[in-house]
Amino acid sequence: MIPPTDPVRSESKGGTMARTRPVERWETDFDVLDADYVADPFSVWDRLRGTCPIAHTERRGSTWLPTRYDDVVALAHDVEHFSSQKIAVIPIDGDEPEEPVLAYGLPPISADPPLHTWTRRLLLPWFSHRRVEGYEGLTRTLCAGLVDSFAVDGRVDAAGRYAQQIPVRVIAHVLGVPPEMADTFTGWVRDVLEFADDPERRARGGDALLDFFVAEVARRRTEPGADLLSELLATEVDGAPMDEAIVLGTAALVLIAGVDTTWSAIGSSLWHLAGHPDDRRRLVAEPELMPLAVEELLRAYSPVTMARVVVEDTEFQGCPMHAGDKVLMNFPGANRDPAAFEDADRVVLDRALNRHVAFGSGIHRCAGSNLARMELRVALEEWLRRIPEFHLADDAEVTWAGGQVRGPRSLPVVLS
Amino acid sequence: MRIRVDPDKCQGHARCYGLAPELFDVDDYGLSTAVDGGNVPPGLEDKARLAIANCPEYAIEEL
Repeated sequence: MIPPTDPVRSESKGGTMARTRPVERWETDFDVLDADYVADPFSVWDRLRGTCPIAHTERRGSTWLPTRYDDVVALAHDVEHFSSQKIAVIPIDGDEPEEPVLAYGLPPISADPPLHTWTRRLLLPWFSHRRVEGYEGLTRTLCAGLVDSFAVDGRVDAAGRYAQQIPVRVIAHVLGVPPEMADTFTGWVRDVLEFADDPERRARGGDALLDFFVAEVARRRTEPGADLLSELLATEVDGAPMDEAIVLGTAALVLIAGVDTTWSAIGSSLWHLAGHPDDRRRLVAEPELMPLAVEELLRAYSPVTMARVVVEDTEFQGCPMHAGDKVLMNFPGANRDPAAFEDADRVVLDRALNRHVAFGSGIHRCAGSNLARMELRVALEEWLRRIPEFHLADDAEVTWAGGQVRGPRSLPVVLS
Repeated sequence: MRIRVDPDKCQGHARCYGLAPELFDVDDYGLSTAVDGGNVPPGLEDKARLAIANCPEYAIEEL
C-alpha cells in the first residue's frame, strides 16, 4: 500500500543498503542514498553551499538538491511551479506499482489545491494544540512503561526498543485502532518502514495494513466511533460521501507520516544527548529548557526531506528546471545553513532565534507538527527522568536510515 | 507594544503559541491570532519579540 509515495530509505555503517555507484562530483551527480551522505549529509551541504548551492543529478531521473535556507523556503512557497503530486524521489522497487485502492495518493501531502485544501482542513483539527494535549497522558504512560521495561538492563537499543515503539502506538489511538491490536499494528508498520531491504516482509506488512484499513472502513460504516476514520466516512463533499480512495489515502497518510519521521527525531535527539554529556546534564538540570531544546534538536537533526515535481519548464536561481524534474525539499539542509542560523552546525539548546523549517514551510506545513513535538518532548522527558546518564555503546555500532527520512535505525546505548 | 499575526502568512506552525501562550491563541486549524487586540502586557515584550523572531513564515509584526 505504501510504495507509490514512500520516501526512500537507506542505511549506512554495517547494514545492508542499496549499492550505489560512487559519487565523483556532488554538484552534478549527487546521490542521497550514498553511504557517506546517509552517515554525514552535513559536510556535503556545506561544500555545496560554497560551490553549487542547488546541485543536480540524473540518477533515478533528473533531480535537484537545494541547500540554502532561502531557496528551500522559496521553492516550498511556489506551489504553482512545484507540485506535491510526487513526494518521493525514488520508488522503493524501481518502478511505481499501480495501487487503484489509493487512486488519489495520500492527500493532502501528495495533493495540490483544491484537493489539498479541503482534505487538509479535515485533518488539522485532529492535530490541534487542544487535541494533542489530550494525547499527552497516554504518550507519557507509554514512554514510562517502555523505559521501565529496559531501565535495569544496563544496555538497550534506544532506536528499536524505544523511539520506534512510540509514534505508531499514539497514532493507532488517534485512528481508533483497538488497544489490543497495538502490538500487531506496530509490527506491520515497522515491517513497511524499517525493512526496505526485505521486500517480502515489507509487502506482507503493507498488505496486512491495507486489508486492516479496508475492514475497519467497512466496520465503521455500520458502527461509527469517535475516531478520525469514522469522521472521514461521515464527511460529505458536494453532497456526496467522500470517495473511499480518498478516505483510505488520508488514513494511510495519517498512519505513516507521523511514524518513522517522529521516531527518527526521537532517535537522533537521544543520539545527540548520548554523545554530548554537557547538553544532557544541562537538560536534566534545567527541564524548563525542554521546549526550546526540542525546537533546536528538530532544527539540527530534521529527519524529513520532502520532494516536489516541476510543473512546467522554469528557471530557478539560474537553474534550468524542466517539467517532470524532481526537486528535493531539503529542509534538513536549510536548517544547517549558516546564512540563516548562527553557528548552524552546533546544537545550542536555548537558541533564541530559530526559524527552523523541520516541519516544512508554506501550505504543506506538517499537519501533525503539534503531535510530533509533544511526542519528542515527552519521550525525552520520560527517558531523562529515569535515565539521566547514558552514553553510546560504540559509535561504530550506530546505523542510520537515510534517503528522505534520516534517523538512527540502531542505537545501542549503555545506561548508567 | 502591539503585535499582529498576518492571517495570509500564518501556516499554523504554532511556534508563537509554544513560546508565548499568554500572547497568542491558535484555532483548530492552526491559525494564530494575537490576544487582546495585539496589546502586549508590560513585562511580556521580550516574549513577544521571541515569538516574532521564531515565526518561520515571518507572519508576526510589531505595529
